[in-house]
Amino acid sequence: MRKRLSRRYLAEHWFRGLGLAAVSVSVLFLAFLLYSMAAKGLGGFVHYEARLSIDFAKTDLFLDPEALRGPDAARLVAGTDLGGVITKAATMAYGPKASDMFSDSAVNLLADAIVEQPDILNGRVTLWLPVSSRVDIAAKDKSDDASERLVATLYRQHALKRTFNTQFLKASDSTDPSGVGVWGALKGTFFTILVTMALAFPVGVLAAVYLEEFAPRNRWTDAIEVSLNNLAAVPSIIFGLLGLAVFLNVMNLPRSAPLVGGMTLALMTMPVIVIAGRNAIKTVPPSIRDAALGIGASKMQVTFHHVLPLALPGILTGTIIGMARALGETAPLLMIGMRAFIAAPPSGIMNPATALPVQIFLWSDEVDRGFVEKTSAAIIVLLLFMLLMNGVAIYLRNRFERRW
Amino acid sequence: MMSLSLALVAVLAVALAAGWLGFSRARRLRAATRLHSLPVYHGAYAGLWAAIPALLLLAAWAPMQSRLVEQSVLSSPEGRALPAFDMQRQAILAEGRAIAHGERDQGFNSQSAAIAPRIRSAEQKYAMLGGLVAIIAAIAAGALAFRRSSPEFRARTGVERWVMIMLFAASLIAILTTLGILLSLMFESLRFFRLYPVTSFLFGMEWSPQTALRADQAGSSGAFGSIPLMWGTFFIGAIIAMIVAVPLGLMSAIYLTQYAAPSVRSALKPILEILAGVPTVVYGYFAALTVAPVVRDFGLSIGISSASSESALAAGLVMGIMIIPFISSMADDSIAAVPQAMRDGSLAMGATTSETIRKVLLPAALPGVMGGILLAVSRAIGETMIVVMAAGLSANLTLNPFASVTTVTTQIVQLLTGDQEFDSAKTLAAFALGLALFLITLLLNLIALQIVRRYREQYE
Repeated sequence: MRKRLSRRYLAEHWFRGLGLAAVSVSVLFLAFLLYSMAAKGLGGFVHYEARLSIDFAKTDLFLDPEALRGPDAARLVAGTDLGGVITKAATMAYGPKASDMFSDSAVNLLADAIVEQPDILNGRVTLWLPVSSRVDIAAKDKSDDASERLVATLYRQHALKRTFNTQFLKASDSTDPSGVGVWGALKGTFFTILVTMALAFPVGVLAAVYLEEFAPRNRWTDAIEVSLNNLAAVPSIIFGLLGLAVFLNVMNLPRSAPLVGGMTLALMTMPVIVIAGRNAIKTVPPSIRDAALGIGASKMQVTFHHVLPLALPGILTGTIIGMARALGETAPLLMIGMRAFIAAPPSGIMNPATALPVQIFLWSDEVDRGFVEKTSAAIIVLLLFMLLMNGVAIYLRNRFERRW
Repeated sequence: MMSLSLALVAVLAVALAAGWLGFSRARRLRAATRLHSLPVYHGAYAGLWAAIPALLLLAAWAPMQSRLVEQSVLSSPEGRALPAFDMQRQAILAEGRAIAHGERDQGFNSQSAAIAPRIRSAEQKYAMLGGLVAIIAAIAAGALAFRRSSPEFRARTGVERWVMIMLFAASLIAILTTLGILLSLMFESLRFFRLYPVTSFLFGMEWSPQTALRADQAGSSGAFGSIPLMWGTFFIGAIIAMIVAVPLGLMSAIYLTQYAAPSVRSALKPILEILAGVPTVVYGYFAALTVAPVVRDFGLSIGISSASSESALAAGLVMGIMIIPFISSMADDSIAAVPQAMRDGSLAMGATTSETIRKVLLPAALPGVMGGILLAVSRAIGETMIVVMAAGLSANLTLNPFASVTTVTTQIVQLLTGDQEFDSAKTLAAFALGLALFLITLLLNLIALQIVRRYREQYE
């Protein structure tokens, strides 16, 4: 008897331990996922810059500082071979192996410096410019011998320093991993989410109000409910196919545009908002409606003056969670062509654009080793945005949601 | 397009003006007599009448306009010179549109520059026409509505009728979306089945779209047998992922609801929710970069020489982890739905907590849990990014989890993101796959919801 009891208690302990282990696996996995992204990605936010002094007198650059004071300066400078100047100065300073030690973006930085201060063309100038991906990797980690030796040389001359990579937040996509940035993708995401929000929120709230407050019990209402519940479970890639077939091929809307991406994601998010909205409207007690009806308000006034404002915090919470999901969505955007290589940030909802998750997907496909840390760094940016949105949703829930 | 948006602004301005006129007229009337409706309703009534019909007109006109423009361009001398072959002609037209809108300086095709001015002038003509009609409609409807305002006029009921229509229209969008998905998938699938027989698609054992013949060749006979894709999808989503997710999710739910102290539960539950909120592209990257090499090395070390770096196991493992919170919350709900009396009865008989859970709660909650698992499977097989990034492209019919398999969603992405023409069998095949995916997930969801509903009724 006692033996059996202790066996049963042992089984109890085991079972409990198994449960704890199951939860721990999830928690540990999340911790490991975040750790590995941080370990790989934080390096993407810093980069190395090397010192380069250029003696413009010795270069064969035909630029007149006086001509650069006009409005045409940027175009004039862009027409010259600054890349050659940098290569020449680098090989002179650090040896023949240093010919491609600077990032492609160094050319743009040098051009900006010249436009800003044309006088530097008259003499010698010393600049700190970002190094190319291969040198960057050698400085951060391990790389081939030539790059490692170059880094050692640079360190000996105190010509290498670590700085915050502002380029990563300001630039867009590029073929050169040392010059890429998330700004273009962030802007594309912003426009896309804006369109999604502008379409899905009003439609979702109005549909929720209709279904909760006005809908008669009939076949139409049943059909609406059935399709809403199904839409909430349809795989996201199917919405992408819908967007491709209807928005692009039937309606002739521009490919890769945030407008189309936003419309596609709006169709996907709308059911989520309707379901959240209905739950929020349901929690408003009937006494509120009865009181307003009792003093002579119409059904419409009851809904829009009393029920909807009281349900709004709940609706907003659901909306933000739906938006956060749309923000991280990739597959439907791939379908409607938001995966093109786009080096200029979009300036409106009709321009070709890409979104941050799609950018992550594109970079993850690159072979160049320099893209690994950039991909992880972009993931950190994406996760921060998700965290921010969910934080706002939780705050709204705790701050404004009333328990009746 | 530009002048149509101008017309949009004009219509809105007309509506605002009509609203303001209605409002101020009603306010003047109120100074003298008693009104049925507040002045603001009189204003809204006129404004809504001015705005809504005109906006509907514009919305209907916009797609019609692009057809009309295309027709008039094609009937011009430059348009007649375009190649008759539909795909080429559409490409040139698209380039011409881009040039006409100033989005591009020149096209690959020299003809696109020639038709650009035609497109621009035709667009201007039709946009002017449509815009004017819409503005006139707005003014006319607004004026009519404005004239009706009088002390007895029931403006509020009029406004409420409009609002009711808008509410109904908003909820109709759900049906329209469902119909849109079904119709567009079926339409493109039918075109595919005209090029490729249905039976070979459904029961074919070979999938190699790369060898497919071009669409313009009669009787194209590329290999579009979907069985290997279906197997890969099922293998990753319904077998490997569920082997990971079901025990872990179920045990997590049991621990969190039955054992954990409230403080522990309130700390752990949000963590599980975070796991559910991580974007799938992040999981995909993690699976491809971190998990896949480990799995391959493990496979090689236990002597499986065919272990691939795009193994089914890596994608399935990570997908399983992604599904854990989903299963856990479904199991949570169904365990909570078991009446407290059953639990109390078992405990009162002297059963330990784990015995109560295993012998009473779980059997009672089983239908709900099963429904939740079916929903999870439906979500797993529709999941795209993890398999696109971590699973392979080779369509193998294999039971070896270390080998590479491909899935329906991977192939849809693969087929649609190349640079091929829209009408080729390859692109149309993606829609047929999409239709199959849609129907399978729909079926799974319906069965799961049915199970869950019946089970709930049992205890209510």
